[in-house]
Amino acid sequence: MTRFGLNGALSVGLVALAFGALLVGPFGLTPEQTVAALLGQAGDQAQIVVWNIRLPRVAGACLVGAALAAAGASYQALFRNPLVSPDILGVSAGAGLGAVAGIFLSLPVVLIQLSAFVGGLAAVAVVMAVASAVRGGDRVLTLVLTGVVIGALAGAATSLLKVLADPYDQLPAITFWLLGSLASVTSADILPALPAVAFGLLPLVLLRWRINVLSMGDEEARALGIEAGRTRLLVIAAATLVTASVTAVAGVVGWVGLVIPHIARMLVGPGFGRLLPASALIGAGYLLLVDTAARTIAQIEVPLGILTAVIGAPVFVWLLASGRRGWT
Amino acid sequence: MRLAATDLAIGYGRERIGADLSLALGPDEIVCLLGPNGCGKTTLFKTLLGLLPRLGGTLALDGADIARMSRQDIARAIAYVPQAHAPPFPFEVLEVVLMGRTARIGTFAQPSARDRTIAMEALATLGIADLAGRDYARLSGGQRQLVLIARALAQEAPLIVMDEPTASLDFGNRLAVLDRIASLARNGSGRCVILSTHDPDQALALQARVLAMSAGRMIAEGPAVDVLSSARLSEIYGVPLTVERTASGRRVCLPELQSSAATIT
Repeated sequence: MTRFGLNGALSVGLVALAFGALLVGPFGLTPEQTVAALLGQAGDQAQIVVWNIRLPRVAGACLVGAALAAAGASYQALFRNPLVSPDILGVSAGAGLGAVAGIFLSLPVVLIQLSAFVGGLAAVAVVMAVASAVRGGDRVLTLVLTGVVIGALAGAATSLLKVLADPYDQLPAITFWLLGSLASVTSADILPALPAVAFGLLPLVLLRWRINVLSMGDEEARALGIEAGRTRLLVIAAATLVTASVTAVAGVVGWVGLVIPHIARMLVGPGFGRLLPASALIGAGYLLLVDTAARTIAQIEVPLGILTAVIGAPVFVWLLASGRRGWT
Repeated sequence: MRLAATDLAIGYGRERIGADLSLALGPDEIVCLLGPNGCGKTTLFKTLLGLLPRLGGTLALDGADIARMSRQDIARAIAYVPQAHAPPFPFEVLEVVLMGRTARIGTFAQPSARDRTIAMEALATLGIADLAGRDYARLSGGQRQLVLIARALAQEAPLIVMDEPTASLDFGNRLAVLDRIASLARNGSGRCVILSTHDPDQALALQARVLAMSAGRMIAEGPAVDVLSSARLSEIYGVPLTVERTASGRRVCLPELQSSAATIT
């Protein structure tokens, strides 16, 4: 199969998965009813189930999965390390702190999301500022270590808020948010995230060739004609925007951005022009499967972060043990 | 294309590694930079490439100050061949060579069919067209070095800077890579290749112009046969060396092993 054909096949597969996910749930729907509902020709109840409940959730899962996997692929290329995930520079820790602060202050949902979004961007901005103030040494290593430091600080602040939070009202909400969930997602949550994700993906798509070159290392990229520092800053800003946008909607969902780019790289190779769409498509399908499982396997909603970790950890070990193609 | 440095001072930040370095590079020549470990060869190369800011003197490419040029303009004039390395991802050989086209395509562009043709030609020039579809990370050191040289050719820069291109290679690959390098800057190609090496015999074999460095200074310059005398080599490397002429007329550099005067630096 050609590589273009592979991304085509992945797209078809994703559409089929999405349609399948629309059928699954406590309210039984046949494929015919679902198609009719999508076309606006079904009964009121089916119409509401499809359009107001399942479709936002299916779209949300696809958006979050695609965004996290695309951001993960970008960060991995940028940091020249296949073990990097989108939260390497503290975006998840910052978004977590922002959301937890919002819940702690009993803000309305939309402000909690905004607070998470701003928290994620702010954490990375602080990392970039601190790292650029550090003179000398390896720029990339400095960035990563600063990301670890700021992430730990944000984690400590989050823990403090958890200790202070109302254990009956706020703490369950905080815990649920930090593990990620699409249980209460509506189209009103997704619609503002869509343009933000698209705006963040745009530079990643446009710079796809230069991101390849950046993964050869700063010095070589510069010798090959790229203003490495400026390009890296742009890619970090774009990938961070993408991650913060979906984290604000779904909470902290780990593992997707780490594992999915590996699988995509095995299928289409490391060339970023193919890796980015493949990662996004596989990430979308993967999180769609996981989220559909999260809302159907048990009486309660299972947090996404738990499922992605339970699936991601053994898959990652398997990748480590078998593949080797992605490492040197 | 001419690269000219006068009284160049080089180093990292405040740490000055070399000074008073003057050199000129022009078309159709091979230049060998010789010098012991730590004398500043790599630092000089990085400064010539504009990767490190110079600490003094002037450095101009066809009269234009390198420090004021964009990375793209520099890359169109000067290509860099680092020592063979392994990237973190399994890029295909052709993809690695295509990266040499980066300075020739738009910021948001992908390499075109024409770029692919140029990259394939570069591989063919070095006799490794059959490697195009292979995983770069799984090649031997010698093959990787040739791929990186092909990338520099695809860059279509008149000046190619090679940092110890044979350092990590076995004996056979060293000769093979050297042989290809020799063919690059001759035959009216208009190219200039400057390479650093630890092996004075390479400079003699390439009939190169030699720049000899020691402790951050340029101590000699000229054709290899003139510069690389027994006395000069012994001075550069701090061990007794003799240059002898073989029966076929070639010159080779030989150590005088019986001496115990050698000091390891």
